[in-house]
Amino acid sequence: MSTAPPGAEELERRVAAFLAAHDPAALEPLAFLRARFDAGLAWVHFPEGLGGLGTPVALQRAVDEAFARAGAPSHRPEANAIGLGMAAPTILAFGTEEQKRRFLRPLWTGEEIWCQLFSEPGAGSDLAALATRAVRDGDSWTVNGQKVWTSMAHEARWAILVTRTDPDVPKHRGMTYFVCDMSAPGVEVRPLRQITGEAEFNEVFLTDVAVPDEHRLGEVGDGWRVAMTTLMNERVAIGGSAAIREGGMMGVVTALWRDRPEVRTAAGHDELMRLWVENEAARLTGERLRQQLAAGSPGPEGSAAKLAFARLNQEISGLELELLGSEGLRYDDWTMRRPTEVDFTRRSPGYRYLRAKGNSIEGGTSEILRNIVAERVLGLPGEIRVDKDVPWKDLPK
Amino acid sequence: MTDLLYGEIEDDLRSGLRGMLDERCAWPDVLAGTGKDEPSDASLWGVLTGFGVLALPVPEEKGGAGATWRETAVVMEELGRAVAPVPFLTGAVMATAALLAAGDELLPEVASGERTAVLAVPFGTAPDAPLPDVAVSGGRLTGEIRDVADALTAGVLLVPAAGALYAVDATEVTRTPVTSLDMTRRLGDLTLADTPGRVVATGDEAVRDALTAGAAMLASEQLGLAERCLELTVAYLKTRYQFGRPLGSYQGLKHRLADLWTSVTQARAVARHAAACLATGDPDLPVAAALAQAHCSQVAVRAAEECVQMHGGIGFTWEHPAHLYLKRAKADAIALGTPGRHRAALARLVDLPPA
Repeated sequence: MSTAPPGAEELERRVAAFLAAHDPAALEPLAFLRARFDAGLAWVHFPEGLGGLGTPVALQRAVDEAFARAGAPSHRPEANAIGLGMAAPTILAFGTEEQKRRFLRPLWTGEEIWCQLFSEPGAGSDLAALATRAVRDGDSWTVNGQKVWTSMAHEARWAILVTRTDPDVPKHRGMTYFVCDMSAPGVEVRPLRQITGEAEFNEVFLTDVAVPDEHRLGEVGDGWRVAMTTLMNERVAIGGSAAIREGGMMGVVTALWRDRPEVRTAAGHDELMRLWVENEAARLTGERLRQQLAAGSPGPEGSAAKLAFARLNQEISGLELELLGSEGLRYDDWTMRRPTEVDFTRRSPGYRYLRAKGNSIEGGTSEILRNIVAERVLGLPGEIRVDKDVPWKDLPK
Repeated sequence: MTDLLYGEIEDDLRSGLRGMLDERCAWPDVLAGTGKDEPSDASLWGVLTGFGVLALPVPEEKGGAGATWRETAVVMEELGRAVAPVPFLTGAVMATAALLAAGDELLPEVASGERTAVLAVPFGTAPDAPLPDVAVSGGRLTGEIRDVADALTAGVLLVPAAGALYAVDATEVTRTPVTSLDMTRRLGDLTLADTPGRVVATGDEAVRDALTAGAAMLASEQLGLAERCLELTVAYLKTRYQFGRPLGSYQGLKHRLADLWTSVTQARAVARHAAACLATGDPDLPVAAALAQAHCSQVAVRAAEECVQMHGGIGFTWEHPAHLYLKRAKADAIALGTPGRHRAALARLVDLPPA
């Protein structure tokens, strides 16, 4: 029986009732989180029975705040960004009932971390050119290939994986999307060291990995459409942060300016105020995007928000380093570390400056995003595509 | 957080205005007007008055429409799109804000369009800038004020003098037309010589309110103008072929337009925030207005400059609207304080002191 989803007041009542029946202080964190999921109070916009109640996504913030006020354990979303932001909406859109029941609960509770096996050495912006092969063998598929830029692969239990299943048709048509068990034989994860010195990402080698057909998401050959769902969700996740004035990277540099008068210069002040204005404009734009989403009329501003975010992070972190002068020449530590969460404002000025360089590459390069805005928003002609009708196997590589 | 979206009433207002402006204020009319002696388009002003848009921010009990500055901002967007040569910013925004602050008897006449009032300060005056030096002796004013926008159109001049604000009959003042960079909003120089005035407000609060309201609302004009420039340029690049391809298929141009679109979406959020702060008396208004001018001025100028450049030869031609937008955009960037002046104001407001 489906009835109308609860409104804000009813939701508030249900959270209160849940908290009355489940004392956060008395229950094991995992038991509490599982119960919260089963009550439909995990991601409230998800369907009933899958951790939600089918309400508008705008009501989520109030629910999270109510749980936080009650001292409830967190499901640590910062540790499973790819699972929550990309894998979950894709499984919801394309998964079978059995797949949804198997994967979504442990994903939300944080029991199982996810990573994304998409990019390859030969397929970056041109993801559809990917070469990792999956060959059918009865009820199973045998996968061989190499993936790169895989955040959290060293922590992940599962991966979302796009493969080439038919090399004889043009690239967009011959792909198939799977869920891959990262503990399966033949999966090898090697840290990929970045310009910061640490290895937030990995390269993943897949050698004769067996993936059961029941872990396929969507139809055979329909992998591109499934992957597009994943990528659309990714850009919204990256662009929409720092909701307060002087949040994020700007907060770091304004604190420096106020706390240490000796770093102040006339040129630095000009640059600081120029960036302050741009940062505040970007923040208000993000806020307007959220208001549009809440009102049920999503605009195409998501790609623009991510473009602005990347450029600002880079310019602001660059200014911080210059303000520091000689002190900016020191770096905290080049030791190779493997962080377990992503935070662009942590560690040191040098780290922040270097890490920000990834912001215009990860989740769609700024160049690709400009193409998207120009073609899909402004309706300008598409790029010339020489590979459009050529079978994948005949493309120059 | 302020409401940054448009409501139903605002959408209706916009569509009504746009239809009228497309008919009554097409760019060839605006261009032709720049060569005439009349300082603004009186017949268009009459139509706007009939729409009731002058009265929007004025409460009903004071002869107004009882709407808010948010709706006024939508009018500013549409007038900016059309580079309409009417004294809306100077009269229906700045003078109206001054009269609202002063609670003056002139308000109903100005709201109904019966009389047009203009604040007599140089158009480049920022909300925190010094005011012109005008002497007062026995209720009579003496001094010179240069570069006053819409001075020739005004029936009443609101003159800040000796720490107060005076209403002066414009026909009693020597007004000299100025050949202006933006001939769609012309300037005039004023000479007051023992000219009689009536005190409208004491102190400079009414003047500061008027300048802040002007800065907040001007951002919406700049938004409308920037959006129009982007639309014209995108449309042109889809139809103009060179080297056998539409110009809009070249990535060098596509990426610049994508960046410009990004800036325009930001200008919309910033202008809406300023309008909402002015409408609700939000304490963030000084920051919102300075931010709006620092940001939207630059977006409008860039949009107009890109419009000229991407139109190539035709964009540099008198018989094309691009120069109307460029001149208005550059004049708007200087009006009510340059972006640099507003950044300096922001630095004070948010406590980021200079070196």
